[in-house]
Amino acid sequence: MNLLWLIPTLPFFGALVLVLFGSQLPKKMVPIIGAGSVGLSALVTFVVGADFISSSTTTYNFTAWQWLDVAGLSSAFAFHLDALSLIFIFVITFVGFLIHIYSSEFMEEDDGYARFFAYLNLFVCSMLILVLADNLVLMYLGWEGVGLCSYLLIGFWYGEEKNGYAARKAFIVTRVGDTAMAFGLFVLFQNFHTLNIQEITTKAPQLFAVGSEIPLIISLLLLGGAAGKSAQLPLQTWLPDAMAGPSPVSALIHAATMVTAGVYLIARTHAIFELAPVALMIVGIIGATTLLIAGFAALTQFDLKRVLAYSTISQIGYMFLALGVGAWSAAIFHFMIHAFFKALLFLAAGAVIMALHHEHDMFKMGGLKKKLPVIYWTFLIGASSLAALPLITGGFYSKDQILWLTLAGVNGNIWFFLAALLGAFVTSIYTFRMVYLTFFGQEKTHVHYTPGKLMNIPLIILAALSTLAGFIELPHDFFHLTIFSDFLKPVLPSVVVEEDFESIEYMVQMIAAGVSVSGVYVAYIFYVVKPELADELKSSAADLHQFWYSGWGFDRLYNFLFVRPFVFLASINKNDVVDRLYTGLVAIAEFFHRIFSFTQSGILRWYIMGIVIGGILLLTLGLIS
Amino acid sequence: MTLLLFIIVLMVGGLLAWVVSQWSNLLSRWISLVALMLDLILGIIIWMQDYSGAIDTWITKYSHAWIPSFGISFSLALDGLSLLMLLLTFFLGIFAVLISWNEIKERVGFFHFNLLWVLAGITGVFLTMDLFLFYFFWEVMLIPMYFLIGIWGHENRRYAAFKFFIFTQASGLLMLLAILGLYFIHGNQTGTYTFDYFQLLGTTFTAGTGLLLMLGFLAAFVVKLPVVPFHTWLPDAHSQAPTAGSLILAGLLLKTGAYGLIRFVIPLFPGAAHEIAPWAMLLGVIGILYGASLAFGQTDLKRLVAYTSVSHMGFVILGVFAFNQLAMQGVVMQMITHGISTGALFILAGVLYERIHTRDITAMGGFWNKAPFMGTVALVFVLASLGLPGLGNFVAEFLTLIGTWQSSPVLTIFATIGIVFATAYSLRIMQKVFLGKPTSDKAVSDLSLREKIILIPLVVSIIWLGLFPQPIFNTVKQIIANQFTTEQITPISTSENGDK
Repeated sequence: MNLLWLIPTLPFFGALVLVLFGSQLPKKMVPIIGAGSVGLSALVTFVVGADFISSSTTTYNFTAWQWLDVAGLSSAFAFHLDALSLIFIFVITFVGFLIHIYSSEFMEEDDGYARFFAYLNLFVCSMLILVLADNLVLMYLGWEGVGLCSYLLIGFWYGEEKNGYAARKAFIVTRVGDTAMAFGLFVLFQNFHTLNIQEITTKAPQLFAVGSEIPLIISLLLLGGAAGKSAQLPLQTWLPDAMAGPSPVSALIHAATMVTAGVYLIARTHAIFELAPVALMIVGIIGATTLLIAGFAALTQFDLKRVLAYSTISQIGYMFLALGVGAWSAAIFHFMIHAFFKALLFLAAGAVIMALHHEHDMFKMGGLKKKLPVIYWTFLIGASSLAALPLITGGFYSKDQILWLTLAGVNGNIWFFLAALLGAFVTSIYTFRMVYLTFFGQEKTHVHYTPGKLMNIPLIILAALSTLAGFIELPHDFFHLTIFSDFLKPVLPSVVVEEDFESIEYMVQMIAAGVSVSGVYVAYIFYVVKPELADELKSSAADLHQFWYSGWGFDRLYNFLFVRPFVFLASINKNDVVDRLYTGLVAIAEFFHRIFSFTQSGILRWYIMGIVIGGILLLTLGLIS
Repeated sequence: MTLLLFIIVLMVGGLLAWVVSQWSNLLSRWISLVALMLDLILGIIIWMQDYSGAIDTWITKYSHAWIPSFGISFSLALDGLSLLMLLLTFFLGIFAVLISWNEIKERVGFFHFNLLWVLAGITGVFLTMDLFLFYFFWEVMLIPMYFLIGIWGHENRRYAAFKFFIFTQASGLLMLLAILGLYFIHGNQTGTYTFDYFQLLGTTFTAGTGLLLMLGFLAAFVVKLPVVPFHTWLPDAHSQAPTAGSLILAGLLLKTGAYGLIRFVIPLFPGAAHEIAPWAMLLGVIGILYGASLAFGQTDLKRLVAYTSVSHMGFVILGVFAFNQLAMQGVVMQMITHGISTGALFILAGVLYERIHTRDITAMGGFWNKAPFMGTVALVFVLASLGLPGLGNFVAEFLTLIGTWQSSPVLTIFATIGIVFATAYSLRIMQKVFLGKPTSDKAVSDLSLREKIILIPLVVSIIWLGLFPQPIFNTVKQIIANQFTTEQITPISTSENGDK
């Protein structure tokens, strides 16, 4: 475990070397440094993880140096390893490594090859700091660091104006959430006099009773930060546009890791949230609403990557829902499985787009099943997992657990359950709509490029993981395996299930399975058997389609409420109205200057007249008073 | 004696640079550079010896009678705060000389004379502990700066120089009045008429006089800082000044305002300062938001950066009047990091101007392609300006805000919203200049070796301040702690109320 510090340090040096010498290095060296540093980091993670699991300790701390220590506020560059952060660093380094390998082929022809790997390495480093940080200030550093890398990578192809716009939008929208999180930190510090996460976790129940005001305020503020980063309502608008970045970026940052930082934050500060049942309820409501809104939006997209983007928002909605009902480990389990299958789907989608020469529109794809068999099979496995096809996919076990606990958990209720169920139905429709449109039917665009080994191998590994990883946590009535939740138990409390529900667990599973299979069937009818049905439906509800297509009109609303007024004010006041005050002063002075200089005419009779009038005035004044 | 040396080196260096320029401009540049380096080394030696902060507040003092009959002495003293400010002055001064190496071609000797004398004035301001002498140095900084803008500036330099002069001079005169007022009140009370800072410290006033005198001081400092609505000289002065002038204005001159608040306003008039604190903080927040929104609207790169200064300096007045250690430490940090980051942005603007002869960002775009190194450096400072953790500015703003939160959550909320605005205008710089499609067919070459020598140390220092800020905190820890403990011992505001 002493090697822990190496895990974020290796990618950091990778980024440093690439930034400083990237342009001088031979091209072959770039992926060796870029992917190699993350690979080593993944290797160290395995070593540290094995060490951690085999030892009896539940935590390990490492302090690199004291960052700041001012008037009671102390924060160090210190890492805290426990089961929760171990799962995250495992996913980050391992999935990150696979995506780096994939990128070494995907980005090979790009001019910014070294720049790309530098940003990607920097991202991995920041993300690792985020999850390993033992205090909230350091976590905030990682938090903003990943935001920066997200900005840099969305706008990676900077020649296009719209990419830059998408990048800035992502940064600014998440920054709004980050601001809320900063307030949360301020309130935390005011009440706890520390920002060390472990201290806060132990102190919280001693200082505050369940339901008191301060934890509620803190939780809601932290939730703001989480919603921004994890693209949850009302700050979800940046994620679909973030697809402007290269596909590996979408896979790593905007699906597998960074966007789940909000989930991590809430899980990490669960001690505060548990004291605020209202806040937890709101987390659940946000999750449920987001998963539905994004699900319906995904149904109407044409762009393959935008479907996946909305699907990511929706799946993180499931994680929030799980957090909201206190099913902590279920949320983290879904995070892990989702990271595997969503990274897989994005990478496969990237391969499809690359093969079709930057074609994003699914309606211009089709018939790729035979042309790109590896992509097809791996995509299908990922899609099945996303649609939670019963028994054989990882997604089924993770999502089923959430569905079950929204109903049976003590904080669950029927509405959450119904929302999650409806969401599952929509999910499996849009997922298989994607599969059918892309891989079935007629070939519409010619395949230009067949992906090579470096792209295929990561896909295959991720496909295996999306399936197999589900089997480490199985339901009570089905082999009852709890490796994952047991592992997390020292960090996250387990959820209490209401007893009278236990008997109906199998029914819930049957319903969930039925819903997901019927979704696939609906998609099959609409997009394979009778494609005209879909068109009819679309034209009969064109307005609704447009509304969903635009992501429920949030962009327009925010443009109207915030963006345009700000830009308008800034542009009309370009010349600074305050300066008028001073130019006004100058004008007055100049005005009197002109009047008085007019009297200085050089004509003697005017002067005499002036003196006489002045004299008379003075005399009169003297007489009056 | 070393304290005197700081000033003498610069003044003599300036004169020498002027004289030798008859024979060689190059020699004139080298003399300025060497003078500043001497001072910097001297400063660093003192810092290395004493930075732990465990020592007495005053590292060293120097005093010599000047006009004893009026109680005026040539009195200098150095504590952690002034030491940091001096280090910043010499550090940035070196880059001011280097950046002018090729830019300034006319009247090189006189330019360097003015440059070094501004810096000497600033050094004096940071060191002097005699109010009369303070006013003297305050003017010494002003006049050479007027020449720097007026002679070597851009197209509208006369107007800008004049505006700068009038604003500073008018507010400076108010301060002079307040200094004299303080002098006579103290003299009347104690019988010793003196301008000595240490003796004047304990002066008590009736609430009304205290407020008036404080406002006199405040006037000079808020114009310098600047605080909205006294900021309008700044965009003109910054955008018209030559690069070195903008660098010194943003990096150092503004900091004299902040320094004045910390050194004079708060200790001399604690009661009155407490009284106006909510208003001062409010003005700070208005400055943050107003400056940011104006920055967003600008198309002149230097004007844009100038307005970001208005916004960032809002944090200073906000933090100073929050009256707690966290915020005050944040303010000190902000003074240093803002000096470096904004100075660097002005240098970049100058570097771009040398290449394409415009400051209009609508005529720029896509420069990353040709000048990736410059782009990377610009990115670092743009990120510093939006307060990215890991860079110095974050530490400063975070501490200021977390400290301010303890005294006024509402104002803190608005101030923090300013950071979202900062994100918007900062990223706009990046987008308009370095990203997007190339709009100008003018060739932009990447940084030259000389430019790298200037910018790399700035990049390194802003990262160093972001990751290892503790030495800075330690240097001023004792001073700031003293300020707040002495206040608790003598609750002046209550004694004032007793006078009423």
